[in-house]
Amino acid sequence: MSDHLIQRVASATPPRLARRIRGVSDRTIAWLFVTPTILLLLAVNIFPLIWTIRLSMTNFRTNRPNNPVEFVGLENYRKILSNPDTWASLQATAHFLISTIVLQVVLGFTLAYLINKKFRGNDLWTTLIVLPMMLSPAVVGNFWTFLYQPQIGLFNYFIEFLSGIDPASFSMIGDVSLAPWTIVLVDTWMWTPFVMLICLAGLRSIPPSIYEAAECDRASKWRQFWTITLPMALPFLMLAVLFRGIENFKMFDLVVQLTGGGPGATTQLTSIDLKREAFEKWRTGFASAYAVILFVTVFGLASIYVKALNKVKDR
Amino acid sequence: MNAKRLLTRAFTAAVVALGFSAGAARATDLTLCWAAWDPANALVELSKEYEAQSGNTMHFEFVPWTSFADRMLNELNSGGKLCDLMIGDSQWIGGAAENGQYIKLNDFFDANAIKMDDFIPATVVGYSEWPKNTPNYWALPAFGDVVGWTYRKDWFARPELQAEFKAKYGHDLAVPATFDELKQIAEFFQNRDIDGKKVYGVSIYTERGSEGITMGVMDVLYSYGFKYDNPDKPYDMEGFVNSDNAVKGLEFYKSLYDCCVPPGSSNGYMTEGVDAFKSGQVALQMNFAFTWPGFNTDANVGGDRTGYFANPAGPNGDKFAQLGGQGISVVSASDKQEAALTYIKWFAQPSVQAKWWKLGGYSALRAVVEDPGFATSQPYAQTFLDSMAIVKDFWAEPSYATLMQSSQKWFHDYVVAGHGTAKQALDGLVADWHATFEEEGKY
Repeated sequence: MSDHLIQRVASATPPRLARRIRGVSDRTIAWLFVTPTILLLLAVNIFPLIWTIRLSMTNFRTNRPNNPVEFVGLENYRKILSNPDTWASLQATAHFLISTIVLQVVLGFTLAYLINKKFRGNDLWTTLIVLPMMLSPAVVGNFWTFLYQPQIGLFNYFIEFLSGIDPASFSMIGDVSLAPWTIVLVDTWMWTPFVMLICLAGLRSIPPSIYEAAECDRASKWRQFWTITLPMALPFLMLAVLFRGIENFKMFDLVVQLTGGGPGATTQLTSIDLKREAFEKWRTGFASAYAVILFVTVFGLASIYVKALNKVKDR
Repeated sequence: MNAKRLLTRAFTAAVVALGFSAGAARATDLTLCWAAWDPANALVELSKEYEAQSGNTMHFEFVPWTSFADRMLNELNSGGKLCDLMIGDSQWIGGAAENGQYIKLNDFFDANAIKMDDFIPATVVGYSEWPKNTPNYWALPAFGDVVGWTYRKDWFARPELQAEFKAKYGHDLAVPATFDELKQIAEFFQNRDIDGKKVYGVSIYTERGSEGITMGVMDVLYSYGFKYDNPDKPYDMEGFVNSDNAVKGLEFYKSLYDCCVPPGSSNGYMTEGVDAFKSGQVALQMNFAFTWPGFNTDANVGGDRTGYFANPAGPNGDKFAQLGGQGISVVSASDKQEAALTYIKWFAQPSVQAKWWKLGGYSALRAVVEDPGFATSQPYAQTFLDSMAIVKDFWAEPSYATLMQSSQKWFHDYVVAGHGTAKQALDGLVADWHATFEEEGKY
């Protein structure tokens, strides 16, 4: 059938074109196929990156098209790195990142471990658990803003039910010490199912024969977990950490809806800070430098992490 | 043959001429951009008259206040053609004028006998002029607005509350004459049971993301003696922004936040204030005047149950209020500037302005607000006039957005987050604003 198709295409090709194609090497044909993709990649990824780096060394402002654009060298980078607000944002981001990853990995793996067991209603529970991650972050943010409302929010009433504390006596979003945990909690609620799904894939990829062999050797469940389950699911777990790490480093919508970066700048993550510099203050050159710093940070950390992930996979 | 050619040419010319005249008279689709709020709905209603008269079709792009500046400044900065007419915030005028985003309207005003003297002076300076106090006009005052207060008149009138208040504070429970009295009232109502429901003292602006807390704090600070800069030396802010009186004003705002707002008021602006008042949670509410018509007709708090008052005086007797409101401008990037100008010409007519006020829009035309019947036309009309007489506005510089972000950060950090002292917040604000103006080459 395919030979027939090839013959039809060959006979339909004009003789002059056929002669030219016959003279083209496999390598050239490969390049012909790859070139559009490379051009697209250059246009939408590489060019903007180079342009951003170029802008980061200028005083350019998008809202001042008439102002002369001056080359300022590394001045924007110096200003960013010596600004206490930048470090406060990075600190808030680090708190958010570490807390969410730890919680989501622990809870996600636990849920995956439980869901992996055969029990009645397994499918229903899996569907219910993954529901939060199917919602839009903006919707989740708004939704939780109401839940956290001290006068009408269910969250405060739930805390009252557990502890007896007056629900109107504390505000999760308005309190400096509670607000960072507010966003951690919501992100964990929303994205733990994602980690669970990846872990579940890892757990289901472990051949049952290994457990059968362990049973024959009379290994306890505890020992099976530490010597079989966890090591074999570890690459999947690390992959989940990588995905969540990258996602949460650029977290924006959920936090803006929940706290707007407040109170004060308590939950002002780097992405919010960057957005304010770029699209509220319109300091385009400065914001470009900020974006480059964040890009290098994420790229560097991700590269180190991927190397570690590969080592774990190879073990 | 010649006659035939002549006929053909005449016919062609007639067709071309017809085409041109049809083009010239063709109805234009105009898009007006503004914030999504009650007055915008009133403008849609008002504009039907323009559509009927001009044959042009009006389209509207309304964006919620919290993202209005983001969305519309993006549109202006990118040279977008979405908006032909823009009712932009007063503080945008400097940037829009200097960056050529609005067209200058002086010649148009002269040609159409539109006089700026016919409008409330504060609105002309606030919404139209750049540089300020010079006859360079970039907008027609479209919507006068100012921060003022509403109070629960029905609660204030209760004899048992009046007696208790007088016994506690030594004066009547009435519209406060000073900010100290306002705080006493707020304290008095905080956590009080009224008709079996717990109520709170006051709703004030605390929003972090856009401009909320700055509008609220400034509304109080002006009356405490805050000045943006040295009147004799522009952009010299040391000792003016962070004067002792300004520090006291900021401390007052924080004390009001700490003592007397409903729980969960850490990020509230206009909408949250309206909700708090309409739901009967608070005795006092700070908000822009545009919200008042909505209270007046509300089923829960409307009619005699709500009263209105202009900002009370600060400790030295000064009384000022934060200007709101906007002017209407023609966007330079628009391809339909001529048609857009016909809308402004129509809108400036006294009869249209009078109808604008009736529909719920705050006209800035003196013929409307100085009409003998204006002050009594609505329960809040006199308060609007009193408030408009004492307005001050935030920086309207091209770097307005950067200046605003600095004040948002410092005010929220001190008032809501409770970091540092008022003096540190205002010193920090001076440093940030100084750095911004330095970048702008003002020194």
